Amino acid sequence: MDKGTWQVKAGHAQMLKGGVIMDVVNAEQARIAEAAGACAVMALERVPADIRAAGGVARMADPERIVSIMEAVTIPVMAKCRIGHFVEAQVLEALRADYIDESEVLTPADEQNHIWKHGFTIPFVCGARDLGEALRRIAEGAAMIRTKGEAGTGNVVEAVRHIRSVMSEIRKVKNMSDDELQAEAKILGASLELLKEVKELGRLPVVNFAAGGVATPSDAALMMQLGSDGVFVGSGVFKSDDPENIGKAIVEAVTHYNDPKIIAEVSKGLGEPMVGIEMSSLKEEQILSTRGW
Amino acid sequence: MKKIGILAVQGDFAEHIQSLNKLKVEIEEVRLPEHLNDLDGLIIPGGESTSQSRLMDIYGLNTPVIENVRNGMPVWGTCAGMILLAGKLVEPHPVPLGLMDTEIQRNAYGRQVDSFEADVSVPCLSGGNFRAIFIRAPKVVSVGSGVEALSWSSDGDIFAVRQGHMLATSFHPELTNDLRFHEYFVDMVNSS
Repeated sequence: MDKGTWQVKAGHAQMLKGGVIMDVVNAEQARIAEAAGACAVMALERVPADIRAAGGVARMADPERIVSIMEAVTIPVMAKCRIGHFVEAQVLEALRADYIDESEVLTPADEQNHIWKHGFTIPFVCGARDLGEALRRIAEGAAMIRTKGEAGTGNVVEAVRHIRSVMSEIRKVKNMSDDELQAEAKILGASLELLKEVKELGRLPVVNFAAGGVATPSDAALMMQLGSDGVFVGSGVFKSDDPENIGKAIVEAVTHYNDPKIIAEVSKGLGEPMVGIEMSSLKEEQILSTRGW
Repeated sequence: MKKIGILAVQGDFAEHIQSLNKLKVEIEEVRLPEHLNDLDGLIIPGGESTSQSRLMDIYGLNTPVIENVRNGMPVWGTCAGMILLAGKLVEPHPVPLGLMDTEIQRNAYGRQVDSFEADVSVPCLSGGNFRAIFIRAPKVVSVGSGVEALSWSSDGDIFAVRQGHMLATSFHPELTNDLRFHEYFVDMVNSS
């Protein structure tokens, strides 16, 4: 019996596909997310919009909070650690969380190195803005990727930029001849082996969700039609007027992402989504997606 | 040519489709009741059973699936699918379809850090052990007399069951390149 194998780690992400992973900060929100049909929850100290508002150093959530969320629901519970903070990751593994998000939403602990994730039994998901970044994280052991978007903004523009970037680079690599791959690997800063795999599969070798700015059912379906395997919704659910119904509506829009009539139906009467932030109003140091490399 | 539907509301339905494509079977993704028309078999994939259950319920899939299977349509559930096909669950949620005479416990081997892979013996498949991937897997707590165990461990855990035209596995053949379970199910569909 082998635990923590690549198949078991990457396989868990396969089970989440076509689903919505929702940020929650307490047991009650976790139960609302589960009842809405979330395929997993992300246990946090604060949702990204509040992290943005609070400023200062954002760290892993209090273990007590994470455990109370794990006890409240039967779906998988993910939790975030800081980029490069492998002791926070060890703590999350000791707590028996189901998945770790090594996340740019928290303040990075290491500006050079991400966590060497192969050494853990618990699987990791990491953010990426393009194919090269995604493959660097997979090389370190990430069993799942999410495009970063810009968390806590309620503005989907960066999420669109990042998923488009990953998908169009994959399409390009798919049509490359073998002798062009080495040069492309150098340009992308990615391993040749992984790039070969992308060419063969015509997709990332792991599950790829979209994140960072999804606030409405249409946003979620947009990410799916652009090629995501599923969607993370951070502040979009619990910073809206009606978390219960917007949560349900986003779950349904992800399943029926190719059916505009259903998306129209579930979008009716949801009240105000979270307040959005225009990218140009963010100062450079307020941009989270450029954290990590 | 026979047509097999794959419940595609949430989970690893794409992996089942890939496996069936290799066997040259016609497939249909099932998200709405009209997708159930003219099917010769149905697969309920791995995924989150609570999420799948809710999406089946609100889009009216439960009743037609139950009717079709009761009328003899072969069905196969992997992991979450085994949970949804159960007669009874140890925990109160989700409410299973109640099709098989089985009692199932969700996440019975523990959380993700306890997920594992192992070689399991499946006597009805020729060609040796099956490399089985168990992810937050359910456990078969008890079965009725009409349910046959197809795979079990030395300490008595049952990993795969068949009850007439209904098949369930607590692991994920769709995550491997080993097509023997898919061939087994296609044979069930062809002979029904």
